[in-house]
Amino acid sequence: MKNSRYVARSTAVAARALGDETMVMSATNSTLFTLNEIASVIWAAADGVTPLDQIVANRICTQYDIAPELALKDAETFVEDLAAHGILLVSDQPVAGPANARGVTP
Amino acid sequence: MPRVTAVTESCGVVVEIGGIPIRLRCADRDFVRQIEERYAGFLSSSNDVSFDFEIELASKGTESGDDDLRLVLDSGRWLMERGDFRAQWNPSTAHGRIQQTINPYSLDSVLRIVHTLLLAHKRGFLLHASSAIRNGRAFLFSGVSGAGKTTMARLAPPDAALLTDEISYVTRKGNSYFAVGTPFSGELVRPGENLEAPIEALYLLAKGPKNKIEPIERVAAVRGLLGNILFFARDPEFVKLVFDTACEFASHVPIRQLTFVPDASVWELIV
Repeated sequence: MKNSRYVARSTAVAARALGDETMVMSATNSTLFTLNEIASVIWAAADGVTPLDQIVANRICTQYDIAPELALKDAETFVEDLAAHGILLVSDQPVAGPANARGVTP
Repeated sequence: MPRVTAVTESCGVVVEIGGIPIRLRCADRDFVRQIEERYAGFLSSSNDVSFDFEIELASKGTESGDDDLRLVLDSGRWLMERGDFRAQWNPSTAHGRIQQTINPYSLDSVLRIVHTLLLAHKRGFLLHASSAIRNGRAFLFSGVSGAGKTTMARLAPPDAALLTDEISYVTRKGNSYFAVGTPFSGELVRPGENLEAPIEALYLLAKGPKNKIEPIERVAAVRGLLGNILFFARDPEFVKLVFDTACEFASHVPIRQLTFVPDASVWELIV
């Protein structure tokens, strides 16, 4: 059985929702990311305590016509990608807060 | 017998850009005269200055303005260094010191950096853009080098007051944004007029076969704006501040794409 994964927004970013999209800027190297509508849903829900599979099941599969397995696979790829840029933090444990989140490794 | 000492007095001049008077002192009177000439439209007789800089001219230096700028915040002091200058500035004491070659462009660079730092905390910014006032409203034309900033300034009709052909100065008052004239010039080598006006629109420039103004998505607008804002500091809090400022600006000021043929007819659209 696969363990749940938890995602949290990095504290070293600035972000702003613009319509259905979200712009995220790394505060450490000024790189800009533009998140589309579905990625924005994951971003907004990435509170560090809600498992990623729950976010996908409750926030994405209920709103968009997409198979749960495919949605979760896409979501995992997305969060790994942002984690590689230091924008999101990914952990096998809940991320209690920004101070704890800093030490979490993907 | 009292000791005989030589006292070198520095003379000063106050340069006021965007309503921020900065006193520049230097022992070299010839250099002070150069400053007076360069910033002629932006001199102030006020003794009530916001900041004070002592300039020390270096006899030797690499004189290279092409080196990378290093800008760090250290114990409350901003330290800035490039091949042609080294400066430190403490915002809390309102004092700074500049060591530079005699090249006045070095001082220009220091002032640009200082103003970017000051403006950031007031939710304003410096932008790679030419700007002009027409009918009481300011228009900004932004883009990378070669996009047409200076061309737009050069083609401006006689009724337009040019604020700059290179670096636009944007301030925020309440929910309104204003463009302010600066002495920071580009290829036109002509300082802007010391005026200000509310910003009507920001145009991202593109050259094309005919003149047209097109709306752009908010995300593209913010991306285009951020790509042209001057910010040198890599301090994370500063980066966040600039990002938020750009998003706020884009929510209050129309940002559009202006495709233009480089002749005076483009100004028929700017009214």
